[in-house]
Amino acid sequence: MDIPFLIATAIKIGVFLGVTLTFVSVCVIFERRFSAIIQDRVGPNRTMIPLSILGFKKDVALPIGGLTQPMADGLKFILKEDFTPDYVRKFFFWLAPCMTMVPALVTMAVVPFGSPMEIGGQIIPMAVADLNVGPLFIFAIASLSVYGITLAGWSSNSKYPFFGGVRSCAQMISYEIALGLSIVPILMFFETLNLGHIIEYQVNNGWLLLPLWGEGLSFHRVLLMIPLGISFFIFTTSIFAETNRMPFDLPECETELVGGYHTEYSSMKFALFFLGEYAAMIIGSALIVTLFFGGWSIGFGLDNLLPIGAWWVSLLHIGVFLTKVTLFCLFFILVRWTIPRFRYDQLMNLGWIVFFEAALINVIIMALMLAYPYQPVASGIGAVLLIIATVVLIKIAKSVLQKPNALGSV
Amino acid sequence: MDTFLFYLFSAIAVVGAICLVSFRNPVASALSMVLSFVGLAALFIGLNAFFVGIVQILVYAGAIMVLFIFIIMLLDLNSEEKVAFKSGTLAAGIILPLLLIVQVLGVVQDGPDDDAFDEITPATLEKSAESFVRLDQAGEPLPEKDQSAIYRSLTHPKTPKLPDTNLLGRTIFQSFNFPLQIMGVLLLVATIGVVVLSKRTTKKANS
Repeated sequence: MDIPFLIATAIKIGVFLGVTLTFVSVCVIFERRFSAIIQDRVGPNRTMIPLSILGFKKDVALPIGGLTQPMADGLKFILKEDFTPDYVRKFFFWLAPCMTMVPALVTMAVVPFGSPMEIGGQIIPMAVADLNVGPLFIFAIASLSVYGITLAGWSSNSKYPFFGGVRSCAQMISYEIALGLSIVPILMFFETLNLGHIIEYQVNNGWLLLPLWGEGLSFHRVLLMIPLGISFFIFTTSIFAETNRMPFDLPECETELVGGYHTEYSSMKFALFFLGEYAAMIIGSALIVTLFFGGWSIGFGLDNLLPIGAWWVSLLHIGVFLTKVTLFCLFFILVRWTIPRFRYDQLMNLGWIVFFEAALINVIIMALMLAYPYQPVASGIGAVLLIIATVVLIKIAKSVLQKPNALGSV
Repeated sequence: MDTFLFYLFSAIAVVGAICLVSFRNPVASALSMVLSFVGLAALFIGLNAFFVGIVQILVYAGAIMVLFIFIIMLLDLNSEEKVAFKSGTLAAGIILPLLLIVQVLGVVQDGPDDDAFDEITPATLEKSAESFVRLDQAGEPLPEKDQSAIYRSLTHPKTPKLPDTNLLGRTIFQSFNFPLQIMGVLLLVATIGVVVLSKRTTKKANS
């Protein structure tokens, strides 16, 4: 455990935490402005520094078009009264917001923000922890954030928050399965779980969903786009469900549950749930970008022309990565303001009957495709069996979906 | 540093386990079990078994304990808080862990010594890669892209890593493939059992 390593890690933790938190507040303003554009409104665009309350003649408007709004929002949350109802279970009531926020931030530790930097002959990877189990680490820690929401609902000791908490618990467990299975074909393709190595492969051989250079131009890769595309679809949709975003935001569905699991929360404790949700959205986008769209790579073979290791290249790559993540965050926002909320039974059917089985079949498709060059006969037989199994599964799924549920809508 | 972290996470695991049995509130007990699992996972990671450690969190802390808490909350098990310990269960709860400690001490006494293991550095990783290299017919190593994922991870030019996941998979699927299949069947039996049992109750509820 050498001192330079510790210093570098401390700096990286500080910087990436700062970047993520800034990104969260920027995402909030993006969400408000973007939704305003969709609904033909203006949105918050002229938040000023209120010097007039100090006796000055005029408020000062900075020419950054509403980017001061997050600051005002944050200040509002801090200054609000932090009211804790009498009937709550105090310890868990306080614990819950932390358990939502902390996992969302910890998952950021394994994501490579940029290409490795070379300082004084030492190669410093631009991830806080360059682990060998990157995606699994993110899933594991993110799965802990379900405790926050569930505990918030339970400790509020009030009916609607409890419903919200239980709903989110069921929802997140269900979609974790689809999420975990949908990523298996990708890992089979990369043969590694190290996010740094995964990006490096994509730098040289084409992004997973954009194989236009290096070895990516082969017919084999084009064929592999089928299972990988299915993976991408299931993965992205499951991320929506995992982060409790529209169209899957049943835990905080206002029309049925008042405010959901955070009904009893106010002030900064509520803000932590709010921030945790956005942080989860950002980490989801970062994971999609890293696995499917080359992470920090500029693409088209341009990265290898740059002197990788120089500090400005690392900064450029961090910029590229953040741009890609921003684009995906905008996609998340676009979906939220376009698609109406699902019904709860539809959500569960989609997770358990459609996505779970589709992801399972997808894993086998990928395995057969990868095995074909080595064992053509065996994988041919496997393909026939898979088609039969798929037909049977679709038949069963259809009959289950049509049958009215004995227990009502839940 | 490593020793300090070992003691820190061992303490977390032990404190979690003690809280688990001493708390009266079922939700608090379940959460302390999560704490214990997280400490245990950190110990695995400290042994470079990243995959085992992460799966410990993913499966036990992230899925199984969530289900426990889900059920505790739904059933609202408040009556548990008033139940007093019986002296018989208390005695069993003390004697069994003591036996376990004796066994652990026995294992520790003739365990392997520390010198048998190399520290993980790029050099030692490179050295261990020699046993995973694939050769062509002339006895020369094959080009980089035809090598196994384990070899490529061990000899990565910039950031060589111990591919613990790949090594684990290799061990399970090559050396212990048959026991794995048996375990799969066992789990399938359990799953079918659950379906059968829950089907029966639904029918009763309908009639």
